[in-house]
Amino acid sequence: MTSFVAWFTSSIVYGTVIMYGALGETLTQKSGQLNLGVPGMVYLGAFAGFAGGFMYEKTAASTNEFLLVLIPLLCGFGGGALGGLLYSLMTVVLKANQNVTGLALTFLGVGIGTFGGIYVLADAGFLSFATARETAALFNMNINAYIEAGVFGEMFLSYGFMVYAAIILAIVMFIIMRRTRVGLNLRAVGESPATADAAGINVNRYKIVASTIGGGICGLGGMVYVIMYGHGGWTTTNSIEALGWLAVALVIFSTWKPLNAIWGSYLFAFLFWFSNYFPTVTGIVLPTYAPYLLQMLPYAVTTIMIVLFNFRKKKENQPPAALGLSYFREER
Amino acid sequence: MAEAAVSFKNITKTFGEVVANRDVTFDVKKGEILALLGENGSGKTTLMNMLSGIYYPDHGSIEVNGEEVTIRSPKDAFALGIGMVHQHFKLVDVFTAVENTVLGLTRKQEKYSLKAAARRMKDICDKYGFEIEPKKKIYNMSVSEKQTLEIVKVLYRGAEILVLDEPTAVLTPQETEKLFNVMRNMREDGKSIIIITHKLNEVMEISDRVAVLRKGEYIGTVNTADTDEHELTDMMVGRKTDLNIRRTEPTGEKPLLEIRDLVVKNDEGAVAIDGMSFYIRGGEILGVAGISGCGQKELCEAIAGLRKVYKGEINHMGDSIIGLSPKAIIEKGIAMSFIPEDRLGMGLAPSLSVTDNMMLKDYKNATLTFKEGDAEHKAKKLPAFLWPFVDRNRARKKAEEIIEELDIVTPSTETPVRRLSGGNVQKVLVGREMQAGPNVIITAYPVRGLDINSSYTIYDILNAEKEKGTGIMYVGEDLDVLLALCDKIMVICHGKLMGVVHADKTTKEEIGLMMTGALDLGAVKTEKHFGIASDTNIDEEDLAAMRQRDAQTEEEEGE
Repeated sequence: MTSFVAWFTSSIVYGTVIMYGALGETLTQKSGQLNLGVPGMVYLGAFAGFAGGFMYEKTAASTNEFLLVLIPLLCGFGGGALGGLLYSLMTVVLKANQNVTGLALTFLGVGIGTFGGIYVLADAGFLSFATARETAALFNMNINAYIEAGVFGEMFLSYGFMVYAAIILAIVMFIIMRRTRVGLNLRAVGESPATADAAGINVNRYKIVASTIGGGICGLGGMVYVIMYGHGGWTTTNSIEALGWLAVALVIFSTWKPLNAIWGSYLFAFLFWFSNYFPTVTGIVLPTYAPYLLQMLPYAVTTIMIVLFNFRKKKENQPPAALGLSYFREER
Repeated sequence: MAEAAVSFKNITKTFGEVVANRDVTFDVKKGEILALLGENGSGKTTLMNMLSGIYYPDHGSIEVNGEEVTIRSPKDAFALGIGMVHQHFKLVDVFTAVENTVLGLTRKQEKYSLKAAARRMKDICDKYGFEIEPKKKIYNMSVSEKQTLEIVKVLYRGAEILVLDEPTAVLTPQETEKLFNVMRNMREDGKSIIIITHKLNEVMEISDRVAVLRKGEYIGTVNTADTDEHELTDMMVGRKTDLNIRRTEPTGEKPLLEIRDLVVKNDEGAVAIDGMSFYIRGGEILGVAGISGCGQKELCEAIAGLRKVYKGEINHMGDSIIGLSPKAIIEKGIAMSFIPEDRLGMGLAPSLSVTDNMMLKDYKNATLTFKEGDAEHKAKKLPAFLWPFVDRNRARKKAEEIIEELDIVTPSTETPVRRLSGGNVQKVLVGREMQAGPNVIITAYPVRGLDINSSYTIYDILNAEKEKGTGIMYVGEDLDVLLALCDKIMVICHGKLMGVVHADKTTKEEIGLMMTGALDLGAVKTEKHFGIASDTNIDEEDLAAMRQRDAQTEEEEGE
């Protein structure tokens, strides 16, 4: 039982990272921008969030709890948003190919994060491991630590506020997209930019703003990974990148719907941890090659979903019609 | 009543060297339906686009309600109460009708409430007699519903002046009747409506006055009640001009390509070619005249194997080519070159060089060549799987030949095609099609956008092919050219064959009337088998096969 709870809680925290990435990318893609730079933006956010918290702890004479939370939040969001802004300027203003630009952003983000990490670590006296301890403690503060509600508490109340914030963000995004004029305009831009243009909507502005905010949300995911999951410790790690790709897959899996991303992200993380926890929970010993195969599960599930959706041909489950296409106003 | 809602004053608009509108001056009165009539390329849509803010005139001014206005964007036009319904609908497919209606409105204009918007839409619909479900998604709508929604959208924004660009082109007669009733209701309400159309019978039925444009120039405005279809056709097509295109006598060989009872659907699933029968003989040029968008594209695509034939038969020298792949059809010697409006859209890969484009249609002939001595190249053919490489040298030679022959201006054979000027691009395309040595050439708008000299080069090539015994179908725009170049002219109107006439025995007026659907030779001469050659290659067996196919299609449809 305890190992199942551990499986469950790891999935929630890990899933939250994926959820931020997927929500950011959903917002981006709804404007017709196919940004494959999610891993890069997550990485940028992870690094910036960590560096912000770490440097503040290190330089401030006495730390303020409010700032300890706010600085990593802003830095994480800002790091990802910069990536998103760069991407949208390249694709919207310079009309660069969206796929190529996005992939380049992935490499760029990972590169900058790793490179910057060296300096932060060097500053910390070349420790192979630098930790933003106070920040991590605040982000991991949870209700269960005070009320001790047993297994239930451990499973549902033992997380820092960013876990719940992700769910709220998904709901807010749902409401914005479905119930507001901004959401309507945004979806129109992603579905048919020519129509939106003719209706007087500033297509480029919507694309740039959506990509930038979307990038920022992706960045929050990276910040959550380092501060919450990694307990504030920075190690340049590949798993951030892997999470970024899972987020891209989740956008497709959730059929571009924020509410689906909530359960989808937890499911993805659950499947991702399958090979770790399944043997201990059930007592079944897996062959040594199994973990490598099982880590494919989220992607396999996504592939099956795509095939199923294509069979059903429901228009609402299709990607935005103009996704990945640069918009040129017709001129004679 | 006589007050002008819109006045065009000396409007001139040019695109590069092409004059789209020259010195156009006329009024649209309040509470009237004005039909804007003209051939393709006469500048109707350009003029209306200036009213709706898509283009800006080079010279001249527009007055709305007696005041001079500057319209720089569709937003400006909306603010002046001008709304245009384009031929291509601007609607988001996955949105509902009401979502599309409020799209782009700002908070200043109204509070965001789909419920309130749906109610307002209902009011508009009730007032003018539209039928629309606000909650219906666009992808579930018929063409007619989409158009209705476009008009409602414009009215929702408070338009007093409506421009409808060929609204009936996509409608059935019943839907057209409905639309006209709505238009009359709007006129009663004091709105001014400008309707762009080619169909004379509709002009006569719905309009109060008719303004005619010809080749960008304003010809005049007449009261519908005081005129008739003949006068309007005269105004629209003008007098015949002599072009001095050399026309050789047709050699009168057996039919090469025969079309029988052909039915083809367009992308939207509507019938684009409606039961046409005709044939092309070797050594003759069959011209195809018709208002653009009347099924020319679908017809060409069906013959080339690019579009599914819904019903009927296409027969090439006795063999049915229905269901063959485009490649197999090319191998039979049927060449198709279609020059779309943007001129680069079909047939050439813009980023590839002239040489590469030559190879595109000829890749399968890869051969290994051995040099024997210095002079002769002797080609030894190896099967493609043994020798998978293309023969660039041969393609380059071909490219050089075509460049020489057609006087194509290009820095080299390796220049990407998109860097050439429009006329030269077309010559490359036409030249390549001729090079393959076809026996049937389907060519659509081959001189579109070309200057006089280049056009004549193309005519000469076609004539040379004709003398070789090739059967040519020439889809054209300019009636003068069709009359001068072609042996016979086939006129289509909305996918229906209106008749085939001999170019030297007909008049521009007759063709004009047929193009607009006012004259249907098929209906007049019912005794003769319309569009069927006396020495046809299609035998009973083919016809039986065709009937079987059609029956099968109908059966599938029924399911």
